[in-house]
Amino acid sequence: MTSRDWSQHPPYICPDYKSSVLRGPTRPLLNLASLYQQQPGSAGELLGKLTDVYQTRSIDCDLTKNGPPGGEPIGERIIVGGRVMDDRGRAVAGALVEIWQANASGRYLHRADQHHAPLDPNFIGAGRAITDRDGYYRFYTIKPGSYPWANHVNAWRPQHIHFSVLGATLATRLVTQMYFPGDPLLDLDPIFQAVPAAARINLIAQFDLGLSQADFALGYHFDIVLGGPRETLADTPG
Amino acid sequence: MPSKPIPSQTPSQTIGPFFAQGLTAAQSDYPFDSIIDNTISGPGQVVHIQGRVFDGEGKAADDAMIEIWQADCNGQYDQENFCGYARCGTGYRDDLHFSFKTIKPGNCGVDQAPYITVIVFMRGLMTHAFTRLYFDDEAEANARDFIFQQLPEDRKTSLIAMGIEGEEGLTYVFDIHMQGADETLFFDI
Repeated sequence: MTSRDWSQHPPYICPDYKSSVLRGPTRPLLNLASLYQQQPGSAGELLGKLTDVYQTRSIDCDLTKNGPPGGEPIGERIIVGGRVMDDRGRAVAGALVEIWQANASGRYLHRADQHHAPLDPNFIGAGRAITDRDGYYRFYTIKPGSYPWANHVNAWRPQHIHFSVLGATLATRLVTQMYFPGDPLLDLDPIFQAVPAAARINLIAQFDLGLSQADFALGYHFDIVLGGPRETLADTPG
Repeated sequence: MPSKPIPSQTPSQTIGPFFAQGLTAAQSDYPFDSIIDNTISGPGQVVHIQGRVFDGEGKAADDAMIEIWQADCNGQYDQENFCGYARCGTGYRDDLHFSFKTIKPGNCGVDQAPYITVIVFMRGLMTHAFTRLYFDDEAEANARDFIFQQLPEDRKTSLIAMGIEGEEGLTYVFDIHMQGADETLFFDI
């Protein structure tokens, strides 16, 4: 048993997502935790703590304000929030949550993005937050647009926000994408569809009126469940 | 009382091609700062790590991100005033190398050689891949390392970084091959 529950994650090679064919490892992964069984107490690599290492500023989680001063980005302002927890449902406090995304027109600030849609001078499309003691994070941002990509003819990415989470230990590391409910492109997207069918729902945020702010922004709730901690390694004397 | 349902892990998705504007912004001159850069500082011997990430056709990726995680010079994680975590993209230099300035880690025990954990993220990689960097000038310690000993013989060389004296000082070259005859050994942890 490793920290990643492979019934929830996509396989490395997914032929419908063309880039994966030449980039995913083809040989089986070696189970490092089982190699440590010989000397469990020496697994500092897997036990070293990665939460409460970084600090962010309050402006960092507001993508509607962290661009150049003097203007606001175009688009539908939204709030994205949720709870980071381990796979036993316990809050992960002090986790670093980083996001990046396209603007309302479906264009990234990134120089490699050549989609013929306007950049927004008031939007960087990047933010970060640290989870509070109950595991919660919250971002203010703009709802990202869909955009075309080169995977196949007339391929379009569903609206999404990229997430990177640095949790309690190395094994909990997660990079993922959050999608929006009701997006018709989800059924057609090879990256989303690469996830085992029963697990896909865990990538779709829920509309949340309670998280919304009256006269200001709609709320979307997105909980994040990380891989399990390696307690068995910690508990065994080396 | 019914027990609480166990929540399912959130599935991984590829980092995609555009992470640099958020995760490695300062390196690539985007107008956002970087909270994690490509430097690890602390007492010990300063070394550089660099390499490229090759796909199944031997093409170097310009949109990979590498993270490293290591112990301090005494082989300790979790030390105050020491953070052994860093990250670097491959697209910020014309030669498509990732590069780190760090300190050489100590060994974490008598049966362990110094090593650095390496995590690969990139467009086309559905979930990140873990590997390890061992040092070529630690042959004796590597042979004693109880993890290294358990690795398949024909994959061991894929984890050895070659030290060279460069302009910046001692640089260990660690190329990562995602596929092919030289495919790097990746771990599940």
